[in-house]
Amino acid sequence: MDKPPVLELRGITKKFGPVVANDRVDFDLQPGEVHALLGENGAGKSTLMSVLYGLYSPTSGEILVDGKPVGISSPNDAIDLGIGMVHQHFMFIPVMTITENIVLGNEPVKSGAARPIGVLDRRTARKRVKELSDAYGLAIDPDARIEDVSVGMQQRVEILRALYRNARILVLDEPTAVLTAQEITELMTVLRRLKQDGTAIIFISHKLGEVLEIADRVTVLRRGKSMGTVPREGATEQSLARMVVGRDVIFRVDKGTAEPREPVLNITGLEVLDDRGLEAVRGATLSVRGGEIVALAGVDGNGQTELVQAITGMRAPADGEIEVGGVDITGRGVRAASAAGVAHIAEDRHRVGLVLPFTLAENLALRRYRRPPLSRRGWLNLNAFRALAERLLGAFDVRGGDAGTPAAALSGGNQQKLCIAREIDSAPKLLVAHQPTRGLDVGAIEFVHSQLIAQRDAGAAVLLVSLESEEVRSLADRILVIYEGRIVAEFPPDADEEDLGIAMTGGTVAAA
Amino acid sequence: MNLIAGKLSRAGRSAVIPLTTVVLAFIVAGLVMLLTGTNPLTTYGAIFDGTGLNWLFPWVAGHTRVTAAQDLQQTLVSTAPLILTGLSVAFAFRVGLFNIGAQGQYTVGSIIAVWVATSWGGMNPVLHIFVSIVLAALIGGAWAALAGWLKATVGTHEVISTIMLNWVAIWVATYLFQEGGPLQGKQALGNPVSNTIANNMHLPVFWGNPELQGLDVGIFISLLAAVAYWAIMHRSTLGYEVRAVGHNPTAAQGSGISVSRNYILTMAICGVFAGLAASVDVLGWQFQVSSADISTSQVGFLGIAVALLGRNTAIGTVAAALLFGALETGTAAGNLTTTSLNPELAPQLTLIIEGLIVLLVSTDLIAVRILRLPRRLGWGGPEPGADLAEQLQPDDPALDAAEALRPEPGL
Repeated sequence: MDKPPVLELRGITKKFGPVVANDRVDFDLQPGEVHALLGENGAGKSTLMSVLYGLYSPTSGEILVDGKPVGISSPNDAIDLGIGMVHQHFMFIPVMTITENIVLGNEPVKSGAARPIGVLDRRTARKRVKELSDAYGLAIDPDARIEDVSVGMQQRVEILRALYRNARILVLDEPTAVLTAQEITELMTVLRRLKQDGTAIIFISHKLGEVLEIADRVTVLRRGKSMGTVPREGATEQSLARMVVGRDVIFRVDKGTAEPREPVLNITGLEVLDDRGLEAVRGATLSVRGGEIVALAGVDGNGQTELVQAITGMRAPADGEIEVGGVDITGRGVRAASAAGVAHIAEDRHRVGLVLPFTLAENLALRRYRRPPLSRRGWLNLNAFRALAERLLGAFDVRGGDAGTPAAALSGGNQQKLCIAREIDSAPKLLVAHQPTRGLDVGAIEFVHSQLIAQRDAGAAVLLVSLESEEVRSLADRILVIYEGRIVAEFPPDADEEDLGIAMTGGTVAAA
Repeated sequence: MNLIAGKLSRAGRSAVIPLTTVVLAFIVAGLVMLLTGTNPLTTYGAIFDGTGLNWLFPWVAGHTRVTAAQDLQQTLVSTAPLILTGLSVAFAFRVGLFNIGAQGQYTVGSIIAVWVATSWGGMNPVLHIFVSIVLAALIGGAWAALAGWLKATVGTHEVISTIMLNWVAIWVATYLFQEGGPLQGKQALGNPVSNTIANNMHLPVFWGNPELQGLDVGIFISLLAAVAYWAIMHRSTLGYEVRAVGHNPTAAQGSGISVSRNYILTMAICGVFAGLAASVDVLGWQFQVSSADISTSQVGFLGIAVALLGRNTAIGTVAAALLFGALETGTAAGNLTTTSLNPELAPQLTLIIEGLIVLLVSTDLIAVRILRLPRRLGWGGPEPGADLAEQLQPDDPALDAAEALRPEPGL
């Protein structure tokens, strides 16, 4: 600690009415350091970073850059101080090119042109972007339009945008949440390069493995308070997890051997078109037996979403057959699928799984409001709604509200519990779990996994669609690999990770 | 105890924003009066007396009380259709559609109400009134369902289709009642007016003098409709589906609810409310329909303002309709007894206030959006927790506004 830290947060407190989001948090960052900020959903990580970026003003506490106290009251102040933010949800203008998006707000202007109506100097802009991208190994196509490029490249564009504005302090808010394993590896390489160059990096995550891989130091937040800062040396997943949730966490999923029964789900020659009318699923054939968890592994965008939509009745297939428990439900809609025993933990709980302004009771009733006791002859029985909610909220330990609370008020983990409670309570024959732990913290992940195993052990067929290879390997009894809309390989759960990766990318080994 | 207190305070909170809106609108309109050299306080006092609401004060007596009673009857007569057109627009808002077509649905309702009521002589008058009301409501429903059907099948935006259907309805009516038109009245030579409804076919007046447009039972039809609106919305599976689709069509569809079916059904119900509004007017006090009435009527459009101010709730719609009905009556030239404001200008003042209310109601949602923007952008703020749960109310339109801004994919 010879130099003053490039950034120091001292005793930051941020209150929203009665809610204390940050409680006297201290945090410091050295040049060329990756300092991870770890914590559960709602622990106050994002709030702290919003304070740093000038989106919130702290209730009390101070921010020092290069040892000098600074006032940051807007993102522009933060940018001027060399703070760059890579958002969790990218903010781009989709129809503009990568170069245009990077220089937006600070465009090089052709000399000689009148100031207020300057002409964008595309060549200079493109050149600078190219230089930056070469310097840090951030591979991008400067002329591609944002809407046409992968999520991984969009993230690199976000990083470039911050660097373009001379960021010395880079904040990455859950950067790996949207990336494939391959892209995560690439990101880590880029971060190491930046680090060597003296850029200080704040790395927000709730994935312990990544934090241990990249961070020099780790600060853990729990319920708005800092639980302390530890160096990477000596830290383990166990020790960090204990700091995050305040208790020991079981990492190895505890499950007995599967006792597969009759096939429940039979899919033959399934072809499904996506929204643009292109073939997303091209002749997939698979079957899932009762009492087993089959994981569908694959890189995002290989037809998983459309396959799930077809099974759950949300999208009519173009060809092929889907049978659940001997009933043909091909293209017969959500209610038919539901009646045949299909339950669905949706990929996006906000968009598909829940009606956020609805109360918890109303959300829990979504699949069964048409039947007694919830309704009779078209009229609702609100007492039955409340009884259902009280039973399920208790059984699944959903916290943060009662039957009459809107779902929007719950934390992500509790919203997911709500979805799971609704779907599992119908004693499904087939449970389709699509990215069931996305965005959840360790405690909630543990809960979701145990529920999936419980369903398996109760004899249900479980189809797990996940992009997390660790989740796939620890939960599945069989792994099916989907690539370009076809099932291309089957693996046992203890398969070699590399083999799996090769199959997921179409059988060709990616050049390292 | 606690539960009741909580409910009351929730209800109170949801009334805060609309009330603020109204007060602000009155203040700004008052500033306009000040600028034009008029005393806003005396003017507002005069308008209040003009609405007849002073009848509610026990100390108002004698001749003033008689006038006040007549004014109040007037206010309630204009409130009745506004409740119904307000409900018409509000119901559509709940499923996520914007029904600008209440005016057109009202117009076709007027045509059918007056035509049925002046035809089919010899029918039992009570039955005849009933049939006339029901058919007016049904035609309104069918007219609106057309827009819902277009939306559900070919995706025509309901704003476009309902506006277009308004014009179709207005010109059809103009054609029917014009000189030589098929429905022009037999005694109306030279006038574009329908036949006149016979006295025994009028909705009974239960307060005041029928000759002086006393208060007819139409107001009860409106209030019953508001109760029905609440019951459908909050106690029926239909309302449950409508609200689910309105808040999140994707999730609704994912639960097996047919979004298209709900669009069509909802629009039909909207049209029924607007058609009822027409029958209440035609059988309650108009007794005939003229081309001029058709082209100047605003009751369907005012329904939009009523629904916005009433936040699409039954009770809110009734209250907002009363406000607008009172404003209209209170500023009607004949009711204004003041020297401070030229009575001829008073109706314009009403328009100013109405316009301001609509403006402020719409900006209120904008304000909510701006307030919630940081968190929507994934910038933290407290992850919604137990304390926040107290502040959020189920079905709050603000939650939808916030939802619309939520980036994807969300956590």
